[in-house]
Amino acid sequence: MNRILVPIMALLAAVGLAVSAWGIFVVTPMEQTLYYSQKIFYWHVPNATMLFVAVFVCGIASLVYLKKRDARWDDIALASGELAVVFGAIVLATGSIWARAAWGHWWVWETRLVTSLLLWLIMVGVVLVRRFAGTGAERLAAGLAVFGMVDVPLIYVGVKQGDLHPQAKVVQTLDTGMRLTFWLSMATFLFLFVALLLTRIQTARAERQLRELHERGLDAGLLES
Amino acid sequence: MTSSKISITGSRTSAGAAAGRTTAGVPLLRHAAAVAWKDLRVELRSREIVYTTGFFAVLLVVVFSFAFTREPSAVAGVTPGMLWVAVAFAGTVGLGRAFDREREGDTMRALLLSPAPRLAVFFGKATAIAALVLAVAALVAPLLALLLQAPLFEEPLPLVVCLVLGSVGFALVGTVFAAMLLRVRSRDVLLPVVLYPILVPMFIAGTKATAALVAARPDVAAAWYWIQFLGVYDALFFGISLWTFESLVIE
Repeated sequence: MNRILVPIMALLAAVGLAVSAWGIFVVTPMEQTLYYSQKIFYWHVPNATMLFVAVFVCGIASLVYLKKRDARWDDIALASGELAVVFGAIVLATGSIWARAAWGHWWVWETRLVTSLLLWLIMVGVVLVRRFAGTGAERLAAGLAVFGMVDVPLIYVGVKQGDLHPQAKVVQTLDTGMRLTFWLSMATFLFLFVALLLTRIQTARAERQLRELHERGLDAGLLES
Repeated sequence: MTSSKISITGSRTSAGAAAGRTTAGVPLLRHAAAVAWKDLRVELRSREIVYTTGFFAVLLVVVFSFAFTREPSAVAGVTPGMLWVAVAFAGTVGLGRAFDREREGDTMRALLLSPAPRLAVFFGKATAIAALVLAVAALVAPLLALLLQAPLFEEPLPLVVCLVLGSVGFALVGTVFAAMLLRVRSRDVLLPVVLYPILVPMFIAGTKATAALVAARPDVAAAWYWIQFLGVYDALFFGISLWTFESLVIE
């Protein structure tokens, strides 16, 4: 199934990226107060959505892995954990650029920024642990992902209560061109996310199976360590 | 001894633990108390962790005082941060040491193999760690009040409740992660790496509550709000630790 699904998703994402770029710079009207800086919004928000989707996929896959001990769930957790780091980096970068243009600072301590940053840090922790913890790293990473997922709402509430910075008020009522472009970007990044996720799951599974085969070969005395 | 009789009834399987909880919740607590008391007794005999982490916390406070002080007194508003960072750093050092002790004697395996349910082991360890962190906090808070003329003890009750809840939260999350890291390479570096992001809400709530208490005009209502937040944090991670501890610890 992946053999068909991944190319389709990748193709849709590629076409979507091109069309949405055209939509962003040609079709959508200029926003009255933010001018060009508002255009980053079309890619920033979908990436942020994908960050949260990736984190929850990772958290739930980790939880199921911990409960069922089925390595296939671990592959999903691994793939979505890494994707969360990638999409998180894009979110933070685009968000900073936007903040510089709209608020005058690269970084402000605003609820959504801080929540995304901390979430990203947790996911970097998950990836680091998996890389460097050695034996039992999968379970440790899974535990961190589950705890991290539970942490997100708490961080959000915690930061929000002390938040004095004005909320980012983007265009509340989008006109038709804007709305279409926005949802097109949203779909594009969803396709991209699914394509990357499936590919990474596939490679993770292949890596794992190779490792298992290698171990079996060692056990059987067919391979030399 | 009665404990040997009780321990036979305990079972390590999750089904057994669940059954044990409904029919006999008391043995679970008694096992937990035994584990906690074992840890505390080892500590009381050597006093290694209390002395070393306590001294480390004192040093942290002194370093902070140099770093954040402009004559004649501390930069306004840094005391809550100092308090919680000192508690967290010293707590992490103590946490690592407490589990190193189990690893050195290879006694964690013995604990996990014992008929006591794993949850009891978890509770026991967490209780001992919480007591340790609380001891550090009890050392740091008066020292800060003394060195930086911080009005920490204007409202003693909320401060104490806040520190207790903070220590409990730290101990719950810390115990889970330290137990997981027991058999892992480079655990000394990885413990703070995995622990601090998860502890962030606790730091936020702890510092905000303390800040409300040491402000020129203490805002007790705000402090209680954050203390409730700490309570929710503790309850949430208590539940999630219960749910995942058994599958997380590497046997």
